Amino acid sequence: MSNTRGARVPETDPGASGRPERIRAIPLRHPVRNAFAILLVLLVASFIWDAAVNRPAYDWPSVGKYVFDIRVSQAALVTLELTVLSMVGAILLGSLLAVMRLSPNPVLRGIAWIYLWIFRGTPVYVQLVFWGLLSTIYRSITLGIPFTDIGMSWTTQDTLSVFWLAVIGLALNEAAYMAEIVRAGMLSVDGGQGEASMALGMSWAQTMRRIVIPQSMRVIIPPTGNEVISMLKTTSLVTAVPLSTDLYTRTRDISAETFNPIPLLIVASIWYLFFTSLLMIGQYFLERRFARGTRFVDLGPAVTEDSLPIATIPPTSKSDGPPKSNSTNLGASS
Amino acid sequence: MTDLQNTVPMVLAERVVKAFGSHVVLSDISLSVGRGEVVCIIGPSGSGKSTFLRCINHLERLDGGRLTVDGELIGYRQSGDKIYELKPREAAHQRKDIGMVFQRFNLFPHLTVLENIIEAPTQVKRQSRAAASARAMELLERVGLAEKAKAYPASLSGGQQQRVAIARALAMDPKLMLFDEPTSALDPELVGEVLDVMKQLARDGMTMVVVTHEMGFAREVADSLVFMDGGVVVERGIPREVLADPQHARTKAFLSKVL
Repeated sequence: MSNTRGARVPETDPGASGRPERIRAIPLRHPVRNAFAILLVLLVASFIWDAAVNRPAYDWPSVGKYVFDIRVSQAALVTLELTVLSMVGAILLGSLLAVMRLSPNPVLRGIAWIYLWIFRGTPVYVQLVFWGLLSTIYRSITLGIPFTDIGMSWTTQDTLSVFWLAVIGLALNEAAYMAEIVRAGMLSVDGGQGEASMALGMSWAQTMRRIVIPQSMRVIIPPTGNEVISMLKTTSLVTAVPLSTDLYTRTRDISAETFNPIPLLIVASIWYLFFTSLLMIGQYFLERRFARGTRFVDLGPAVTEDSLPIATIPPTSKSDGPPKSNSTNLGASS
Repeated sequence: MTDLQNTVPMVLAERVVKAFGSHVVLSDISLSVGRGEVVCIIGPSGSGKSTFLRCINHLERLDGGRLTVDGELIGYRQSGDKIYELKPREAAHQRKDIGMVFQRFNLFPHLTVLENIIEAPTQVKRQSRAAASARAMELLERVGLAEKAKAYPASLSGGQQQRVAIARALAMDPKLMLFDEPTSALDPELVGEVLDVMKQLARDGMTMVVVTHEMGFAREVADSLVFMDGGVVVERGIPREVLADPQHARTKAFLSKVL
């Protein structure tokens, strides 16, 4: 039976009595939460004070001395180079692997899957040791046409420096992870987008470049940012190749001479944190750039800010109705 | 209209067959759409209406029969008695003259309304940005959304989005427009504004194939009404007559449920 609301109550008229009264309630208190917050602040503060005053092993004067040491800052640059070069390689190879994984051709799909299986399934440290032993396994690199004398040959050891072996090792490992990130990004774009683009006569390449990839970037960038930061830290493993000019290995070598490892660990950490912070700032701006058109960034010029949702009045007529009938030719195909 | 132009129908489907795996969606479709004609296709869900529409611009590949648009074989090239599948580039070339409007609008969310409309003219037809923008503003004016040119699709209502999608298709100056349930995803009060744009388009002489559930629109605007069921054309006729007096039992059963 319907009639608790059956009688036609006139719609409340906000114009007549002004806005409905706002609730003025006493906010809920959170004593346990606040006490916990205060406890944490006290703990952190006492730790900092203790570290600054009571612990000579930190050796803060040495930290200050080595943080801008030319050997350390050069090593920091090497770490940055390793990170950037291997990430560029990983993104390119990872994108190729992602396209292969999505290919209708089962051979391409299978090869990409086996690559992922091997490079994700073994530790990067082990892979880096393998790359260091490359010249033992393959003494020379030969490019040429099989069964002919045409071609060129290089000695592996002279061609690939330890630095480039480290870049290759890191990039090939990371490509396996980037492949999955890129694949997830491509799959996140609604299939209707590609169809709409194709229906407009755009080619596959145009559809990918103009429509699918820009939209997939929103999904690809955040985890890729993680991967860059992770890569920055993974470079500390290149000592396995062995490359000894990166930040961590260099600070460890210095501390081996000074017999004072703790301040140099702090120095290395400061540099890693500095680069990580820069990368996080870069990621923030990239994410904003590719979030265009999403509700969280652009509400469009049509939306006006209403002060209080409780006071909004449903519009009686739409601001823009259906188009006025127009005598000119809508199709206008000439 | 001249008789010469009328000799080749805009769309001519002859015994078209389409199956997904073992599931036959279109078992035998023959249909012709004349120039300037508006054909509405109705039928229960799963009857193959949308699939047939998608075959017309080769979003789906035909498995049997022939389909031509403006006399040109769609999706294939015939040389002697051999038929070759078209390269993606050639298929794209055919699609640029066929406009399509989707149930879910499929506007590009990362582009503004104006950028959505000029994307294909600048990328495919290599028009200058200025020329394409001028034409886009003209089209936006006609669908009543000129002031939304700089808005992103997410900030528009469904009806506004669909009107932009129509303008986007028209920007390529198509000779044929395909509508795949253009109002099915809309709130009821927004259906009218989209239908009004389509009515205007029909009055201006555009050839249109419309898959729809809007019987009122079909009765008022369509030159011809097609009832599809089970992958075949069950009945075709003048909308008023088919709706008032369906000849076939299946048409009767369907109309009794929807009218």
